[in-house]
Amino acid sequence: MTATDTGQREVTVAAVARRAPLVRGYRFELVKLVSQWRIRLLVLACWIAPALFVAAVSRQSTLPSDTLFGRWMHATGWAGPLVMLGFAGTWALPLLTSLVAGDVFAAEDRLGTWRHLLVAVRSPRRIFVAKSLASLTVILVLVAGLACSSAVGGLASVGNQPLVGLDGRLLAPGDAAGRVLLAWICALAPTLALAAIGLLGSVALGRSSMGLLLPPLVALGMQVAQMLPLPVAVRLALPGYAFIAWNGLFTSPGQLGPLLIGIAVSLVWAVLATALAYLLFVRRDFTNPAYDGSGRRAITVGALPLAALTALTVAVIAVATPSMGSGIKQDKVQHSLATAFAHLYRLQTRQLHRPAVTEAQLRTTAACSKSDGQGAQEGAGNDWRCVVTWHLPGIAVAGQAIYQLDVGSDGRFVADGDGPKEVNGYFLVRTSTGDAPNPLWQFDGNVELLDTTSKG
Amino acid sequence: MDALHAVRARGITKSFGEVVALDGVDLDVTQGQIHGLVGPNGAGKTTLLGLLLGLAVADGGRLEILGRPVERALAVPDGVAGFVDGPGLYPSLTARQNLAALARLRGHDARTAGIDEVLDQVGLTDVADDRARGFSLGMRQRLGLAAALLVKPRLLVLDEPSNGLDPAGKRHVHGVLHRLAADGTSVVVSSHRMDDVEALCSEVTILATGRVVFSGPLTKLAAENRELDYRVRTSDPVAARRLAADTTGIRLVDDAGTRQDAEVLVVRALVPALDELVAGIVRSGVAVRELAPVVSPLEAAFLALTDQQEAGR
Repeated sequence: MTATDTGQREVTVAAVARRAPLVRGYRFELVKLVSQWRIRLLVLACWIAPALFVAAVSRQSTLPSDTLFGRWMHATGWAGPLVMLGFAGTWALPLLTSLVAGDVFAAEDRLGTWRHLLVAVRSPRRIFVAKSLASLTVILVLVAGLACSSAVGGLASVGNQPLVGLDGRLLAPGDAAGRVLLAWICALAPTLALAAIGLLGSVALGRSSMGLLLPPLVALGMQVAQMLPLPVAVRLALPGYAFIAWNGLFTSPGQLGPLLIGIAVSLVWAVLATALAYLLFVRRDFTNPAYDGSGRRAITVGALPLAALTALTVAVIAVATPSMGSGIKQDKVQHSLATAFAHLYRLQTRQLHRPAVTEAQLRTTAACSKSDGQGAQEGAGNDWRCVVTWHLPGIAVAGQAIYQLDVGSDGRFVADGDGPKEVNGYFLVRTSTGDAPNPLWQFDGNVELLDTTSKG
Repeated sequence: MDALHAVRARGITKSFGEVVALDGVDLDVTQGQIHGLVGPNGAGKTTLLGLLLGLAVADGGRLEILGRPVERALAVPDGVAGFVDGPGLYPSLTARQNLAALARLRGHDARTAGIDEVLDQVGLTDVADDRARGFSLGMRQRLGLAAALLVKPRLLVLDEPSNGLDPAGKRHVHGVLHRLAADGTSVVVSSHRMDDVEALCSEVTILATGRVVFSGPLTKLAAENRELDYRVRTSDPVAARRLAADTTGIRLVDDAGTRQDAEVLVVRALVPALDELVAGIVRSGVAVRELAPVVSPLEAAFLALTDQQEAGR
């Protein structure tokens, strides 16, 4: 500083203030999130409640058999985290992402802290990245909690036993553990898509509670869409499909086509929604006292590109995979049922200490018809009736069993045994150690909607 | 660039859509000076303070802060701190955590950033570890000031810093600002409270509908002002009234019907005429016990200038 002839001090030319490094901004955002009681309670709940839930349900006499793998919760601890994954994809993850990502920008609007934050960080871009990464971190911690906690609850209460896959094949505990882990990792993709939608809502709608509601509303919309008889290409083009497609990891060979498409679609949604949120955020004028959400621009910059993405994805999938129908065809239903039956028959054979047979020896086939053969023999519905035929070595007469199938529009089916009683007509079988659940009485299966996976 | 000015703005304009928030605003803030910014609601004070903090860039004109031209948003020089529209605090963090987070963002070690010192300066040491959620408006204001002090500012920009402060708190904050100014920090303060501005500021800029209607020392504002109403309490109100009626340039304000105190005389005059009246009263052997403007010169000027501006729209 130099003295002037008036005796006052000169103002030395100051350097432009530096922007706060991203790492510090990220840490600050994380501190803010973790200091909220709501987030602390969520973390606690995600790391404790699933273990208690799985342990409690596994000890009940009635199992949640309408949930995938729910009927196996007595048999193995690895069914618990899969039941939890089904529940999480439907309810927990949309809600968790909305409470974290859906509020991370809106909270600053509510608190009136944007100007303070901008003056401190001096870069809207870094604020956006820091907030996105911090909310992603918290969401990952929550998802990890759901997965780990439910696995611990299942293993502690039931044990590390083999898991029956969706094709009836018995998966060794190590194999089951790997697939369970992979299934949860796959579910991260649609979770990221929902989180990005949450970010977009939080940026676009300001302090309005609609921003918070956006991920659950989108997730609900996707679930409703998956229940409708939509063409396969539309179904796969929705970002929530990966919440269902992980089922394909539990068949041999894995139904990886729909899973990979679902993950790719989810990730594209995550990237696009985040980019749109970023564009809206960096264009915002933080000195405008009248600002309360992006209003009309939220629709043009936010919603329209996502609608265009959906249309484009449908077109690409329709061209790349010749699957514009329901994807549930008679031959695929018959194949899936026969495969699952053969594997489960071997399981029942071991339970009853009968002579071992192989799937090749059984030569299992299924003949299925829908609506007693009336109308098109494809599509979802609970009016599928199948007759399964198998052979035993040294016995000339083929065995036959009847199943009623309830096939969902997502390809999942429940096969309900209709007799004969000794094979699949009763829920228990009498073993040398007492009564045991009959694996052929009721079981879950999965019809791959695409025609891409080779049949095993 | 004038080396003595922490802020030098020429012809600043800023619009939000069709709303013109600032229309050719000039502003000079000398180093080590507390400069008041007053104006009615919607005059553009907050927008101007936002520009000084770098929250936005002006649509037109030239702005220099601490000797450096500001040409884009968030590119103000190091050493500028403050708040507009209230201090930004996170209610789930304690006062100390709020400051520590800010210190870390700026690359300082929270343990050596002087958090205890600034908390002590604003009188919040006792509640340093309480969450900001439970703070009163006055405490929040003080914590906001502490956050600004943490960066050892050379230009401090404060929007209504006395809002919510009790008299003791206000005196405390005023003391802090005076000490900062004495140490060479320039302070720009906006306020609706004219008594605050008069107590704090040596210079003032009055804004109305986005334009500067006055800028300069408070003394000049008072001198430039037209007639003011003064309360005169004397030992002989009857004699004083007679003398006032006989003095050129003095008008008696006929408020006897509403006035509670019969000893008080209210006259409207310019300063020279008032001086003559007081001399006359004293010469006639009547004691002058109280002499004060009914409204402060600043408030009177503010009302006159802003009314004039509003009327001219």
